[in-house]
Amino acid sequence: MIVDVNFVGLIIASIMASAVPLILASCGELITERSGVLNLGVEGMMIIGAISGFALMTVTGSLIIAVFGAMLAGVLISTIFAFLTQTLITNHVATGLALTIFGIGISAMIGKNFVGIPGKEFPVLFEGLKDTIPLLSPILFGHSIVFYFAFALPFITGYFLKKTKIGLIVRAVGDSPESASNQGINVRFVRYACILYGGAMCGLAGAYLSMIYTPQWIENMTGGRGWIALALVVFSTWNPIKILIGAMIFGGLTIIQFHMQAIGVRIPVQFLTALPYIVTIIVLVVISRDSRKIRLSTPSSLGKSFHKDN
Amino acid sequence: MIKIVKRDQPSKAIFFFTPVLAIFLTLIAGGIIFYILGFKPFEALKFFFIVPIADKYGFSELLLKATPLCLIAIGLSFCFKSNNWNIGAEGQLTFGAIVSGGVALLFYDQEGFFILPIVILAGAIGGMIYASIPAILKTYFNTNEILVSLMLVYVSKLILDYLVVGPWSNPEGFNFPETRQFSDSARLPLLFEGLRIHAGIFLALAAVVISWFVFYKTYLGFQMKVSGFSLKTAKYAGYKGKKMIILVFLISGACAGLAGVGEITGPIGQLHREVSPDYGFTAIIVAFLGRLHPVGIIFASLVVAITYLGAETAQIFMQIPKYTGQVFQGMILFFLLASDYLLFFKFKLIGSKK
Repeated sequence: MIVDVNFVGLIIASIMASAVPLILASCGELITERSGVLNLGVEGMMIIGAISGFALMTVTGSLIIAVFGAMLAGVLISTIFAFLTQTLITNHVATGLALTIFGIGISAMIGKNFVGIPGKEFPVLFEGLKDTIPLLSPILFGHSIVFYFAFALPFITGYFLKKTKIGLIVRAVGDSPESASNQGINVRFVRYACILYGGAMCGLAGAYLSMIYTPQWIENMTGGRGWIALALVVFSTWNPIKILIGAMIFGGLTIIQFHMQAIGVRIPVQFLTALPYIVTIIVLVVISRDSRKIRLSTPSSLGKSFHKDN
Repeated sequence: MIKIVKRDQPSKAIFFFTPVLAIFLTLIAGGIIFYILGFKPFEALKFFFIVPIADKYGFSELLLKATPLCLIAIGLSFCFKSNNWNIGAEGQLTFGAIVSGGVALLFYDQEGFFILPIVILAGAIGGMIYASIPAILKTYFNTNEILVSLMLVYVSKLILDYLVVGPWSNPEGFNFPETRQFSDSARLPLLFEGLRIHAGIFLALAAVVISWFVFYKTYLGFQMKVSGFSLKTAKYAGYKGKKMIILVFLISGACAGLAGVGEITGPIGQLHREVSPDYGFTAIIVAFLGRLHPVGIIFASLVVAITYLGAETAQIFMQIPKYTGQVFQGMILFFLLASDYLLFFKFKLIGSKK
């Protein structure tokens, strides 16, 4: 059997494509969590981004407006979360759940008129280089700008957290809001900013799904990816580079099921579909078993409210 | 000038007042949303909240929907009171339905008084088995129960899908994704001729009474409350934390499993793809809206059940998409959490000074 190297390259590229929304959402949530805020609304913010992007694209015809509009929609919806958890000091878990339920409902409501409309073609970069290098060409060239941004994001995020002053402030706020506050840092402001940033990235992740990956609007199309993104943050032990590895594993699981079905492997399709969720659980167990390591890498104030008058 | 002052103690009166406030605010916000969508707000709200329950049939439907919500929320209140975030009740409901449905199918061509109790018990056990997974992983492997219980929801729905399409599908069913009809002996009896409300409501009421007793009259209830208030205190007092985590998950899983039994052995009488319209998730809102109090949960389940009915009515009469129900549910929880601010802070009018 001759294995076509370009075919292998195509499979790797498709795995990377399905990892994109996970990387975007996880990196966004990672910043939010690093500031000490646990936002379980990722799924809700993603689905809002998905419908906003698709609707804006259909109505305005402009891809740029659609992509930035989806990010803005993510920011707006996460503002509700930020206002509740930071200004009204509500419980992070319950507020995040409300955000997800609300997001799924409102996206389906808006999306009613957009079901069945075909998507637009999204421009790709470096298409001319597609046949130049065997194996590597399909991996490196011919993808959307969001794709390249997603694969750069973990490195940017890592640099931001480790090497920049603002990154240091974010970490300080997450690890010890009291001392950060005593140093004159406005904890509430930093957390607001990190939540809104997380919202923007989740919005972008959703837009990628509805505008580039699928590309059309399907109700509930995020299908649990938001929750897997949350699990990836734990998996990464809050280290953005590891998000890349995790997202590739889950992207791989998604792609493998298509190929297994295509070559006629006799495993029920439901089992293959369930695989990413089951693997998520197993991975979480393996990672969390070492409670000392988890405790050392978790932002110390994660999920705890901070109020200056306390 | 108005100043925000911290209360010395959370206000008890406001604790039970804020759910009412939250519902009121949700109605206002809902009216605004309807207005934006181009409907007359009052008319839309009437179709949403009054028309569906205006007659005998509607009221029976209300109880039918409130029953699983109440049952699951009671179970969840055990978890939430003791600081365990079980958000996978939907999965426990589904797995309970699978197990009890499987047992009911074993007896599909038999009659006998012994069948129904076994079917009900099987559902409770199914829910418990499924809830024990996040509980055990949390206690022995330190794994986040939120993510595990949620992932299991997707898995349970896929198992159900596999079963009703594949090995359990009705051999005479022309390949529809559903099982055989259960025998009458495996069905929860209907309470009134022509109405769909069934005996499952008694399971919910029993759960209410039992949980009230456990919460307020037993040492276990006290331990749960202390653990929920402060895990450190609970540890200091020497409570067996791991056992309690597993126990509350089992209770909550059993309740969700029973709700699953009600869904399949009540009006439907067979397993099919969608045993629950997300009752397991909505019940989380019910539990909070009811303030984790058994009586509060009864009222909350009735209020939230209306959003299910209202969404259906509004869709039929006004072509308002049925997801409005979920939007309302999300808003109720938002407003409830927001108005909790009044528990800890109050607004004080003070003379304007510079």
